[in-house]
Amino acid sequence: MAASGESAALSFGAAAQTTMTPGAAGELRQDLRLIAEMIEPGSRVLDIGCGDGALLGYLARRKSVDGRGIELSQSGVNACVGHGLSVIQGDADRDLEAYPDGAFDVVVLSQTLQATHRPRRVVEELVRIGRRAIVSFPNFGFWRIRLRLLLTGRMPLSHCLAHPWYETPNIHLCTIRDFVALCDEIGVRVDRSVTLDRHGQPFSLDPRGSLANLLSEQGIFVLCGSAGL
Amino acid sequence: MSTLISPRPRSRSDQDWPGYTLLVRTPLRLDCGIDFGPFTIAYQTYGRLNPDRSNAILVCHALTGDQYAADPHPLTGKPGWWETMVGPGRVLDTERYFLICPNVLGGCMGTTGPQDIDPASGQPWALSFPVITIRDMVRAQKLLLDHLGIGSLFCVIGGSMGAMQVLEWAASYPDSVFAAVPIAGAARHSAQNIAFHEVGRQAIMADPDWCGGLYLSLDRKPVRGLAVARMAAHITYLSEAALHRKFGRNLQDRLAVTYGFDADFQVESYLRHQGSTFVDRFDANSYLYITRAMDYFDLAAEHGGTLAGAFEGTRSRFCIISFTSDWLFPTPESRQIVHALNAAAANVSFVEIATDNGHDAFLLHEPELFETLHGFLNGCAEHRGLARPK
Repeated sequence: MAASGESAALSFGAAAQTTMTPGAAGELRQDLRLIAEMIEPGSRVLDIGCGDGALLGYLARRKSVDGRGIELSQSGVNACVGHGLSVIQGDADRDLEAYPDGAFDVVVLSQTLQATHRPRRVVEELVRIGRRAIVSFPNFGFWRIRLRLLLTGRMPLSHCLAHPWYETPNIHLCTIRDFVALCDEIGVRVDRSVTLDRHGQPFSLDPRGSLANLLSEQGIFVLCGSAGL
Repeated sequence: MSTLISPRPRSRSDQDWPGYTLLVRTPLRLDCGIDFGPFTIAYQTYGRLNPDRSNAILVCHALTGDQYAADPHPLTGKPGWWETMVGPGRVLDTERYFLICPNVLGGCMGTTGPQDIDPASGQPWALSFPVITIRDMVRAQKLLLDHLGIGSLFCVIGGSMGAMQVLEWAASYPDSVFAAVPIAGAARHSAQNIAFHEVGRQAIMADPDWCGGLYLSLDRKPVRGLAVARMAAHITYLSEAALHRKFGRNLQDRLAVTYGFDADFQVESYLRHQGSTFVDRFDANSYLYITRAMDYFDLAAEHGGTLAGAFEGTRSRFCIISFTSDWLFPTPESRQIVHALNAAAANVSFVEIATDNGHDAFLLHEPELFETLHGFLNGCAEHRGLARPK
């Protein structure tokens, strides 16, 4: 199990490295760029927590994707719809239930899982409504975060976790290990995983290993439901 | 097409409104089972139909609206009810789109309604007018569009009862609707809203001048009842915050309360004004019929009890809009539509606009509403291949 996970991660890491050229993805955030690379042209995509629509807009322009979005913030939704993207105001906790099984080729949840009320339920919904789900999140097991907590005794801040504890939207932070354990527990298969260092550069480590959990600032996982294949 | 339709001047003898009228000769089968006709549809148009006939937008008016979306009302002289939205360079850009705004079936501004003459009796229809539904209104509009040679609408848009028509269009004629924009609407009329309507209707019927609906034949008019109906309804169109902002507890042209039942407060004076001006432009029986049509509206019930069923297989692009302070058609009603569209895997956008203007917000200057709609329509126009205005 661990070996196959590693090889998948390795092969993806290599592909991502070779196909990425500077500027090819415009202004996209690094993790969104990697996610965009994982999406086949012409797919039906749901981007949950789509923000201002950067990924959806990119996918629509470059990959002729039939994209939809869900975004919590009023300003984000209005920006998206104002740019002709199909986005609804809503959130992952409340608005996924209505979608039928397998409604999308890919469901993207980037940097949002940790802000949901019921992450476990959300992950289950992701793999139900999408044939594949791509989830990215900040790794709370990252060595700098561990060190900061250890040395200062205060809640760590980083560019991924930029809010002080009393106003952070991130109510369910987890480590890469936690996430993989959750996937195992609910029978969700990890198809691929990519770990990112603090510069956003992808590198390939087995997500089940302790090194990945220590060295990655973010993780990107491609998930499939048990009935996904 | 078997339905025989020909344009002709307006039929109502005592009025000659500006705009177009269509006489539909072939009877229309209504939901109540009656074959109704011949009847007229009064409508306005704005902009020009392009050679492909692909730029038409149907504008659906609300309960007390009419076809004068963007020109002065012939009775009141006030600007069109959607003047802020319609015009060159505006959201519904008349340089780019061709707009059609018909008066609904049962209305009182030229489309056949209960105040018109029943050919069988030679008297106004009054309560012998058939009870019509939102779907009947939409069926009549479809006849108009067939007559105009518009097989596929670029967009159907409307607020409140207009939103109900938009949803009905999307459900009944999905292939004729490229984009659908229901604003401040619902897929069914709530119990609370039916209750408010019933208060209005009872106020009209309690007016001795209503005369069992026969007031026109008796040369009377239930102005007090209709005014009260309007006053009660008008409160539901505003929000508590907007009322407070506009009026607070301010007194009307006086320094102290008068210990009587005169309009001491500005809000009373305002409501009385709303009531008294309304009766000059609206027919009481029309008010009964159109409120009834809204009450009966339940899109899910028309489609086997599930709202998603109404939109199955739809390829229309939807933009659902609600307002934070609208308690008549609150956001959860819109969200229900969104969920049904999601269940049908439809292409849907949903925006809740923050405003304290209440239900009326769809008629007012709401920059965020305009921006959202502008972007949505632009995106749709690109998909549709509509040329940008020069």
